Amino acid sequence: MSTIQLNTEEIYKLLEDVKDPEIDTVSILDLGMVEDVTISGKDVSVKMLPTFLGCPALSIIQKNVETALRQLPAVKNVNVEFLRSPSWTSDRITEKGKAGLKVFGISPPPRQMKSDGSWHVDCPYCESTYVTMENIFGPTACRSILYCKACKNPFEAMKPMIKII
Amino acid sequence: MRNESLKDIAIKELLLQLADDDFIHSYRGAEWLGLAPHIEEDVASASISQDTMGHAAIYYKLLDELGEGDADKLAHDRPAKERRNAIILELVNGPGYYMKDPEYDWAFAVVRNYFYTQAKAIKVQSLHSCSYAPLAEVAQKVQMELYYHLMHWKTWFVQLLGSGHLEAVSRMKAAIGKTMPDFAGVFSLGQYGEEMVELGLIEGEADLQKKWIEAITPIFESVGLATTIEIGMARGDGRNGQHTEDLEKALETLSEVYATDKAASW
Repeated sequence: MSTIQLNTEEIYKLLEDVKDPEIDTVSILDLGMVEDVTISGKDVSVKMLPTFLGCPALSIIQKNVETALRQLPAVKNVNVEFLRSPSWTSDRITEKGKAGLKVFGISPPPRQMKSDGSWHVDCPYCESTYVTMENIFGPTACRSILYCKACKNPFEAMKPMIKII
Repeated sequence: MRNESLKDIAIKELLLQLADDDFIHSYRGAEWLGLAPHIEEDVASASISQDTMGHAAIYYKLLDELGEGDADKLAHDRPAKERRNAIILELVNGPGYYMKDPEYDWAFAVVRNYFYTQAKAIKVQSLHSCSYAPLAEVAQKVQMELYYHLMHWKTWFVQLLGSGHLEAVSRMKAAIGKTMPDFAGVFSLGQYGEEMVELGLIEGEADLQKKWIEAITPIFESVGLATTIEIGMARGDGRNGQHTEDLEKALETLSEVYATDKAASW
C-alpha cells in the first residue's frame, strides 16, 4: 500500500467544520482566524490569530482544531499555534462569515468607522437602519448589544477591530 | 546569580511592570462584578476586565518565553514585594468586602480606570516602536482592544463630571483628589528606567507623563475642571517593590484556589 499524502485542501475542508464555539453558523475560516497551514509528512501545523487576547474560547478552538484534523488517518500530530502578529482585524471575516453571523442574529462589523470613531450597523433581522447602541460591550469581548427600533428586537453586532495608527 | 545582560534585565522588568499593572487592575475591575451601577455596566466592565486579564496573560507569556516561569506561577505565586505594579492600581475599591457590605466607590473606579486606561494607551503607543520585537507586536493588538476601553471610561468620566449633579461632581472631584497623589507611579519605569529608554524599549517617564497630561487636559477643560494636573508617588514606587497592605490582601484572596493545588491544570 502506498503512503497517503496529505494536502492542504483536505485540511482546509476539515477546518471549515470547526465552528466558533458560541456561533455555530460561522467557522474559524469564515472568521479569518486561520493564518497558515503547513504539512510536514504526517504532521500538520495550523497558525491562528486570536480575535481578542482575553478570549476564553481560544483553548476550546485549539482543541476542536486538533480533534477535527486527527480524524484523518494520515495525520499523526497536530500543532496549533496562536500568533502574536499580524493582529486579527474584523475585515478578515469573509462574505460567507458575514452571512453566517446574520443567520445567528449578529450584525457583521462594518468595514470602517466614521472619522469621529463611531460606526453603524443595520438590524440583522429586518435590515432596518433605525437602531440604537445599548452597550458597546456584550456577552463576549467581540460583540456589542444593540436594539432595533423598527422590529423591536434586541440584537448583537460584532465590534469593528481596525488597525489604529 | 544568573549572568544576565542589562538588556535582558531591562526587558523583563518592563514586561513585569506591564503585566503586573494589568493583572491587579483587572482584579480590581472584576471585583465590581454584580455590584456595578447597572446591568449594562456590569457587562461592560466585566468584559473590559477580561480583556485586561488577557493583556496581563500575554505579557506573562512573553516572560515565560524568556525563562521566567509560566503565566500561572507569575500571576499567582509571587509575593507582594516582588510585584512591580503601580500602587494606585492595587488600592481597594472601597471599604468592606466583596461578599459582605462592599461600600465600593464608583467615582474612584471611574477616575482610576480613565486615568489608567489613558496612560496605558500612551505607553502601548510608545511600545509600537519597541526594540524588542515581540513586545512591539503585542502592543498593536492591545491598542486595538484598548480603543473601546478608553472610549468607555472617558464617557463615564465626562458624564459624571458634566452632569451638574452635586453629589456626582463632588464625589468625582474627591476621587480625582485621591488618585492624583499616587498616579505618577504608573509612569515610573523603576530602577532600570534609564536602560529601558537607552535600549529603545519605551519612551522616558517624563515624555509619557507629558503626553498623558496633554491627552487628559482637554477632557478636564470640557467639564470645567480648572484643576492643575499634578501627580506624585505619595505612597512610594511599586516598580521597586513598595506596596500597601491592600495588595497583600488582594494576592491572598486571588491565589487562594491556586495555593490549594499548585500542580492542578487550569
